[in-house]
This record gives sequence, C-alpha cells and structure tokens, in this order.
Amino acid sequence: MPTLKDVQLKIQGVKKTKQITKAMNMVATSRLRGAQGAMDGFRPYAEKFSEVLGSLAEKAGDKASPLLIPREDVKKIHVVLCTSDRGLCGGFNINLTDGAKNHIKNNSIDGAEYSFTCFGKKGRDWCRKNKHVIAEEHLGVVGSKFGFSVASTAGKKLVDGFLDGSYDEVYIIYSEFVSMAKHLPVVQKLLPIPPIEKDDTEEGGSVEYQAEHICEPSPEELLGDLLPRNVYVQIFRALLETSTSEHAARMTAMDNATKACSDMIDSLTLAYNRARQAAITADLMDIVGGAEALKG
Amino acid sequence: MAESIRLEVVTPEKSVVSESAQIVMAPGSMGEFGVLTGHTPFLSTLKTGALKYKDESGRERFVFVSSGFAEALPDRVTVLAESAERRKDIDVQRAKSAAERAEKRIQSGGKDVDYIRAKTALFRAISRIQLAETR
Repeated sequence: MPTLKDVQLKIQGVKKTKQITKAMNMVATSRLRGAQGAMDGFRPYAEKFSEVLGSLAEKAGDKASPLLIPREDVKKIHVVLCTSDRGLCGGFNINLTDGAKNHIKNNSIDGAEYSFTCFGKKGRDWCRKNKHVIAEEHLGVVGSKFGFSVASTAGKKLVDGFLDGSYDEVYIIYSEFVSMAKHLPVVQKLLPIPPIEKDDTEEGGSVEYQAEHICEPSPEELLGDLLPRNVYVQIFRALLETSTSEHAARMTAMDNATKACSDMIDSLTLAYNRARQAAITADLMDIVGGAEALKG
Repeated sequence: MAESIRLEVVTPEKSVVSESAQIVMAPGSMGEFGVLTGHTPFLSTLKTGALKYKDESGRERFVFVSSGFAEALPDRVTVLAESAERRKDIDVQRAKSAAERAEKRIQSGGKDVDYIRAKTALFRAISRIQLAETR
C-alpha cells in the first residue's frame, strides 16, 4: 500500500508532465498551421510546373535528356531519406526508416551499393546505426521554415551525381500528408525521371492551348533546363510534406499523451482518496480500541 | 485602353504578383520579350533580371526574377521563378552582403571554390542591387 505522501508526489509529477505534453501539442498545432500554409503557397507553382513539363515532354520525346534514360546495370543506388530532427511524435520516424529498410530488402539487386542523403537527425542516426554510407546530411530543415534553395542545392548534387555515374538510381523516401491522422511513408523514384504522364483530366481552361507552344530555346533545351528543376521541385515537395506530417504526428501523439495523463491523474486521485480513508479508519480503530481497553 | 492581360509570378514559397497588366516585358534567355493580350502561346526560360509590367493604371512596375521560365498565353502570363520579389521588397543590405561573399569566394582562388556558382550568386546580387536603385 503506497503512503499518502507517495501518491501525492506521483500526482504532482503526472500533472507537470501533462502541462508539458499539452504545451507541445499547442506548439505542434501552430507549427502545423505554418507548414500547411507553406504547402498551400507551393501548390500553384507545382501545378503549373507539372502542366508545362507535361506538355513539353510530349513534344520533346522520351530520350531528350540523359536524366530520362534508365540504366541497364544498376549498381549504385542512392536514397534520400526525409525524417524529423526530433522525436516525441509517435511512430512517425520508425515508419519512415522501416520504409527505407523494406525498400532495400525488396529491391535488393545483387551487389548493389546503397548510399544515403539524410534530411533530419532521426534518419541519420538510423543510417549510422545500420552502417549505411551517408553522402550528406541536412539537419534543422524538416519541421522548421526552409526555402527552396535547400532543395535545389541538394537536388543539384544528386543530378550531378547521376550524370557523372556516381549513382545509377536515386529514390526519395518521405512521409505523405494525407490527412491530420494519416501520413504514409512513400518511396518515389527521383532519377532516372520516370516517363512524365501528361494529365489532362482537371486542368480546366488551359488545356486548349497546351499543344501549340512556341518554345525559346528549343523544346529539347527547355526540357533539359526544366528536368533538373523537376527534381528540386520533387525534393521540396517531399520536405514540405514530411514537415507537415511531422507536426501532425506530434500533435496526435501529444494529444494522446495528455489524455493518458488525465486518466492517470484520475486513477491516482482515486488511490489517494482510498489511502486517506484507510488512514482515517485505522486512526478511528485505534481510538475506539484504546477507549474500549480503558473501559475494561 | 487596350484589354489587359493577367500576370502571375509564383515562386515555390508564395505567389508574388497576381494582377492585371497592360503589357509585360520579361527578360527571356534569348532576349527580352514583351507580351500584350492575344499573344501566341509561348514558352521561354528567363535570365536573372528585371521583369517590367504596366499595371492597369499605367504605372510601370518592376519585379526581380531569377532561375525561372515564363509561359505566355493569349490572356495571361505565368512566370515560375525560384526566387522573385517586387522592387520595393528587395533587401538591398542582404544583396550587398551576398555580393561581397561571392566576390571573396571568387578572389580567394581556392581549388574547392565553385566558380560558376559564385559567379551566378554575384550576378544575382548585383542585378538585385541595380534594380533596387534604379528610379
């Protein structure tokens, strides 16, 4: 039976924890709003970009750029792993590193070498622990505010690496923000660039113009300029999605923690009251017992 | 007054300009080009530099753009740039320190200096300063 003092201390401790988890929940909520704002700001750019790229790709053909051509003998595979810098966000990072692990397991080609570019501390730690080669690491990006230059600098190195033969294939693993409660780890091929699908399903009024662009310089050159940029755009999008998912995951995790704290405080208060009652009863028994003894 | 054309300048971070213009002059990589309403569909990469346009009241306005491309359609012009800002939003101080840094990198002459990158950074900074200081 715990003493009254013990239970009281425990209740105080849990209350403090609850304050912290609640504060973290609120911080995550406000950051989530910021991250969603950044995603909204990016959407017009991304949509227009893929629209232009789609119409160009159709004109220039599949072999217009070395970035489009798959290699036959894939030996060196590079993976860009996006995770968060900080923990306390449920299974968020585990899901992503598991995604990386499964990807390696399912696609293991004999003798393929894997190397990694890590966005986020958790992914880097995972790579270190599993003795993977880390080509580059970027900390302090995911989960905070970052500009497009982060994606373009990292993307340029990947494109250069692909062109000079350091990498035969490049993948990116990130967390897609589906809804507040749902974020999926996604593996996407960055290089060679998969055939670009022209989607003319929901572009609205602009479709009628798409076919007849005059291009300056030629469509091939324009595509050569745009394709590397497409890689940066993909990386930037992945980072935005991962950031948003991280905050959403932390929000949910902290919400659950706060609820768990409330439950714990309830049951501890019950235990405290019970212990108090037991103490009073024992005291009463003592007094009654003493009085009876005196009478006798 | 002639019909107006819709101008949109967007970067990955935000939409910089979204308004009607009488004429848009963009710094195409193969020469500057002007777009009026009814322009034939046209696609061009852009140089780092100043994009000019006249707004509906006829005032000339300037936007700095770098690493971008433009799509002109009969009723609108869309510019996608990695960075873009209106003239009044240019941070001259920042551009100046960027120019200094780039210059130092070029002058240091070390083997690991990425000259092309330093030069484009310098050019970008200088274009920003020039645009901010023209009146």
